[in-house]
Amino acid sequence: MNLHINNISHRYSDVNVLENINLEINQHQIVCLVGPSGCGKSTLLRLIGGLEKPSSGQVTQIGNPPENSINPLTYIFQDFALLPWRSVYDNISLVLEDHGIAKKEIKSIIDDVLERTKLSEFANAMPKQLSGGMKQRVAIARALSVRPAVLLMDEPLSALDSQTSELLMDDLVSLWDREKFTACYVTHNLSEAVRLGHKIVVLSRRPGTISEVVTIDIPLNERKNHSEALDIKQKYLWNLMREEALLADKELINVN
Amino acid sequence: MSTNKQQVSKEVPFRGGGFTHKPIIFVGPLVFVCLIALLEWGTSTGWISDLTLPRPSGVAQTLVDLYNSGLLFKHLLPSLTRLLMGSIMGITAGIAVGLLIGLFNLVRAGALPVVAALFPVPKIALLPLFVIWFGIDEGSKYALIALGSFTPTVVATYAAIDNVDRGYIRMGQSFGLSWVSIVRKIVLPGALPGILSGLRISLAISIILLVAAEMLGASYGIGAYVLEAGSLYDLERLFAGVFILSVLGVIINWFVGVLEHRLLSWRT
Ligand SMILES: Nc1ncnc2c1ncn2[C@@H]1O[C@H](COP(=O)(O)OP(=O)(O)OP(=O)(O)O)[C@@H](O)[C@H]1O
Ligand SMILES: [Mg+2]
Repeated sequence: MNLHINNISHRYSDVNVLENINLEINQHQIVCLVGPSGCGKSTLLRLIGGLEKPSSGQVTQIGNPPENSINPLTYIFQDFALLPWRSVYDNISLVLEDHGIAKKEIKSIIDDVLERTKLSEFANAMPKQLSGGMKQRVAIARALSVRPAVLLMDEPLSALDSQTSELLMDDLVSLWDREKFTACYVTHNLSEAVRLGHKIVVLSRRPGTISEVVTIDIPLNERKNHSEALDIKQKYLWNLMREEALLADKELINVN
Repeated sequence: MSTNKQQVSKEVPFRGGGFTHKPIIFVGPLVFVCLIALLEWGTSTGWISDLTLPRPSGVAQTLVDLYNSGLLFKHLLPSLTRLLMGSIMGITAGIAVGLLIGLFNLVRAGALPVVAALFPVPKIALLPLFVIWFGIDEGSKYALIALGSFTPTVVATYAAIDNVDRGYIRMGQSFGLSWVSIVRKIVLPGALPGILSGLRISLAISIILLVAAEMLGASYGIGAYVLEAGSLYDLERLFAGVFILSVLGVIINWFVGVLEHRLLSWRT
C-alpha cells in the first residue's frame, strides 16, 4: 500500500500551517520529514493518519493494506502515550481488544511482538517502572502488534538521551531490515534522517511547503560504513535548513 | 583563584530539604491525648467552667451509658441508613451527570449553568421544601443528603474528565478503538483519581447534611441526638454526639483511602 498526499493545505483559524504539500510514501520506504520547529511536521503527520481533516486536498491510499493488517496507519508518539494504569502486556492488548480477535490469538500476537522487541521479561511491568528508552520500545511493540501498513512516527527518539536513541535507531534499522516496514518519520535531528531515510523531505518554515526532497540510495544496513557520504548529505540538508531556521528566528524576534 | 595564599576550606552549607511529606505516626494521637488531658485537668480544677466545655471523662461516661442502654445503635442505625442511601443516590447521580457533562458538548452546554446555579444554594434552606415534596419521613432526608453530595460530585467528575490527557485519547483513536472503548478504558480510568478525591468532599458534606436532615421529624439519629442535647444545653451528650460524627468522618476518610489504594495502585 502506498500513500499519496495530494495538494494538502491546512490552516488553524487564521494561521496557514501547510501549503500545497504533494508527497508519495511508497511501500517499504522510510520517508523522513525534517524542517524548522513549528513548520507543521506534526500537523502533516496527523493529517496523513486521519486524526485531523486537511483544510483542502486529501490523502489517498493506493492499493489495499495487507489482509492481516489490523490497523493500517499506526502512530508512534514522541511521549510514548502508554497508559500508566496498564501493564506493558495490557497496554498492547488494549489496541487489539477492539478488533474482534480471539483472546488466545491476542496472547500469541503479544508474546510474539514482545519477543521481537526483546521485551518478554517486562510483560508485567508497569510503565512507571521503565526507563524512557524501554517505554518507547513498548510503544514500538504496541505499534507492531497491529501489523501496520505504514508507521507514522513523530519524533519518536527526541524524548530520549542520545545513547538510548542511538541504540533504538539501530533497533529500527535492523527491524526495517527484517520487515521492510513503510514509515513516515518526523524528526528535527538530521543525523537520524540520514541514517533512516530513503527519502528526506525538507519543509520550509511556516507556512510549510516542501522545499526539497533528498534521496539516499545507500541501503539502511550499510549506512554505518558510509559515514562520509552521509556526512555530505547531512551538511547539505543543514545548509538548506539553516537559512530557514535563521529566518524563522528573525520572524519570532519581529513578533516580539 | 589565587594559589599562593592559604586556602580557606569549608563545607558547602546544606540548603535543600523540607517541603516533602513524611508520615510521623505517633504525633496525631499524642496531640489528641494532650488536648483531652488538658481539658480534663481544666474542667476538674474549675479553671474551665463546666458551662464552657464538658469534662472529657463525663463525655466518655455518656458514651458508655449510651452503648449500655442500647440507644447508641438505635441512633446510629437510622443515621447510617440515611447517610448511605442519600449519598449513594447523590454520588451515583453525580458521577453519571458529571460523565455526561464531560463527554457530550450538548449536555455540558445545557447542564453546566444548572449545576453552577445549584452549587452555592445552601441545601439546608431547602429542607422545608423537601418535606413537602418527599414527606417528613425518610424521603426528605435522603433528598437533602443526595442533593448535597450530588453537586460536588458532578463538578469533581467532569473536571476529572477534562483533565484526562488528550494524548491518550488521540492514541486510542489512532489505533481505531471504538468510542465506548475509549471512554471505558482510557477516559474513566484516567478520571478516577479526580472522581475519588471528589468523593472525599461529597461524603464529608453528606455527614454535615445528615445532622441538618434530622432537624425535622426525626426522633432517632445521631443528628437528632446532637440537636436535642444542644437545645437542652446538655454539653456532655452534645459532645458525645459530636464525637460519634467525627469518628464517622474518620472512618469514611479511611474507607476512601482504602479505595484509592486499591484502585489507584498504579500511581505510586
Ligand atoms: N490544534 C492546533 N490549533 C491551533 N494551532 C495549532 C494546532 N496545532 C498546531 N498548531 C500550530 O501550527 C503550527 C505547526 O505546528 P506543528 O506542531 O505541526 O509544528 P512542528 O513542525 O511539529 O513543530 P515542532 O518541530 O516544534 O514539533 C504551529 O505554529 C502551531 O502553533
Ligand atoms: Mg511536532
